[in-house]
Amino acid sequence: MPVTKVFEGKVDYIQILDKDGKIDSALDPKLPSELLEKMYRYMVLARAWDKKNLVLQRTGRMYTYAPVEGQEAIVIGSGLAAAPTDWVFPTYRETFLYHMRGASLGELNVGWMGWEDGLKIDQKMCCFPLAIPIATQFAHAVGGAYALKLRGINSAALVYGGDGSTSEGDFHDALNFAGVWNSGVVFVVSNNQFAISVPRKWQTKSETIAQKALAYGFKGVQVDGNDILAVYSVIKEAANKAREGHGPTLIEAITFRMGPHTTADDPKKYRSEEEVAYWRERDPITRFQIYLKGKGIWTQEYEQKLQTECSALVEEGVAKAEGFKADPKNIFKFVFKDMTKDLEEQMNECFSQ
Amino acid sequence: MKMNMVEAINRCLNQEMERDKTIAVMGEDVGVDGGVFRVTDGLYAKYGRERVIDTPLSESGIIGTAVGMAALGMRPVPEIQFQGFEYNAYHHFVQHCARLRNRTRGSFTCPMVVRLPATGGIKALEHHSESLETIYAHIAGLKIVYPSSPYEAKGLLAAALSDEDTVMYFEPKRLYRAFKEEVPEERYTIPIGKAHTVKEGNDVTLISWGAMTYISKDAIAEAEKAGVSVEHIDLRSLAPCDWESISNSVKKTGRCVIVHEAVKTMGFGAEIMARIMEKDFLSLEAPVKRITAWDITVPYPKLEDYYFPDKKRILKGIIETAKF
Ligand SMILES: Cc1ncc(C[n+]2csc(CCOP(=O)(O)OP(=O)(O)O)c2C)c(N)n1
Repeated sequence: MPVTKVFEGKVDYIQILDKDGKIDSALDPKLPSELLEKMYRYMVLARAWDKKNLVLQRTGRMYTYAPVEGQEAIVIGSGLAAAPTDWVFPTYRETFLYHMRGASLGELNVGWMGWEDGLKIDQKMCCFPLAIPIATQFAHAVGGAYALKLRGINSAALVYGGDGSTSEGDFHDALNFAGVWNSGVVFVVSNNQFAISVPRKWQTKSETIAQKALAYGFKGVQVDGNDILAVYSVIKEAANKAREGHGPTLIEAITFRMGPHTTADDPKKYRSEEEVAYWRERDPITRFQIYLKGKGIWTQEYEQKLQTECSALVEEGVAKAEGFKADPKNIFKFVFKDMTKDLEEQMNECFSQ
Repeated sequence: MKMNMVEAINRCLNQEMERDKTIAVMGEDVGVDGGVFRVTDGLYAKYGRERVIDTPLSESGIIGTAVGMAALGMRPVPEIQFQGFEYNAYHHFVQHCARLRNRTRGSFTCPMVVRLPATGGIKALEHHSESLETIYAHIAGLKIVYPSSPYEAKGLLAAALSDEDTVMYFEPKRLYRAFKEEVPEERYTIPIGKAHTVKEGNDVTLISWGAMTYISKDAIAEAEKAGVSVEHIDLRSLAPCDWESISNSVKKTGRCVIVHEAVKTMGFGAEIMARIMEKDFLSLEAPVKRITAWDITVPYPKLEDYYFPDKKRILKGIIETAKF
């Protein structure tokens, strides 16, 4: 019996801006400078916000927080590449997307400061509430895209997850459905090398996470997740493809979580200083700054002005979030559309003391 | 030696793994990291990757593979990092752990101990504060133990690790580091299915388990100051449950208060009330009272204190029941 090859796959890795800020001119997306500035501004703001939140947590002013440092290019690059009417389905790591879609930093921190109201999202923002149970969001995006299509709305759905999340059955269910339904979904996996303490190599024997898409019948691509130009370009293309009815794409963005998993974690237990230093040299903001300097956009004064502006925004956000108050009875009011008599009695008992 | 609950569980796992080479600890971050609560700290260094397994991030994969291990001669100790993430694995608990013995008429068994960090009160993120003992109590074939102190944690775990069935071992996170107590260094077991009388009394029986045993103690002390003598029973294990000790105590006091951290409707308290009705109706001098969480989702940290039974509510319940 002859042996014939029935399947062969390939996965591309895309980098446009290297770690030293040098651009590959053949791949340069030639973005307008307003957009480049917006990218930089959002990344600087995200980092300032993130740093502040870590301090807040350490000083008892915020509960457990999941920092984004090192992964800003993925959140911001994808957020800007998506059309405002494309839906995003974030995890705890991408909450900055809410800010990019119109929530103030204060509103953003209301959730991290322990109020459900942080997820009181205006549906017009096209943001799904963040998922904490790992990988559950993937299928929601596939279903969401289905609903949008049925309603005649031409929007893509971008759904996020980490390298660890690709081990859950839910991830595979979603990819399979997306393939079968030819869904307009962009799966964005931030491969930040660790799921809490567990290294990527213990999650999967696959050489890449991107190649998993091939098994489900659609394209998977790897991108330098610390290169905002590459992230932007790849996601833009995938989102366009989704809207044009050409089905899903899986994007594996290679990156590194510079900080702890959450504030409850001590990364010294499972990763080396050298590893962190290696990635420090590949920082998404630094390389973009060099690039912008080359283009004559970035200067010391530019930076100073931006930093001042960002820290003012962050401080304003913190003050707003810390001043937030809501009716404690809300814990009963949203269980059902109409409160049952039984619940009303329980509520009255709860607040009678 | 004085230990907190984390140390007691850790010490027990270490001792049991020395004793029984078929025991393997597995789960997310249990190895190199020593667990997100440090409960398995040091085991990886001592027993290596084969017996302390950092698994891929999949609860279904963890419990599914543990079923195979248990059936074919090992004693796996899978951890579900937070009990609120067990749903992905629930089908294995119900469809296999609970049934393997029965459906093979005893030729296969599933001796595993599932470690379930549970309970709230630690200002955690969403889904990190549940206490879902009842969803297993409804399944025939699963044992449930729920220690309330470091001493109990060590003794019950040692017993679970020599049990021939699947044991759902609840760890009240809120008590992990809440207090230390004297815990014997040498191996001892606390029988599964036997309740513990924390304190004898005559007027009211108070039944609790896990973190609520600890929380109830203060309320009981206050009630006693107000002249109510409380008999405090800590269940230690919910399945099998020590119905006899409950019945004996209720016969003596004629009054009963049940305190649990889970929601009221279909909480384990409902089953206790039903059993009391069946067995001790004629001894009752007051309606049995439940102090539980409300029938709502565990709130985010800012409002979570409204959710859990606290000293004030428990004390009120005791006094009302005593005075009825
Ligand atoms: C179903 C489920 N299991 C376990 C957890 C606890 N947990 C929270 S984050 C995390 C690791 C996630 O790693 P990864 O998907 O790589 O994303 P990252 O946090 O690195 O961005 C774990 C195990 C959870 N939230 N949900």
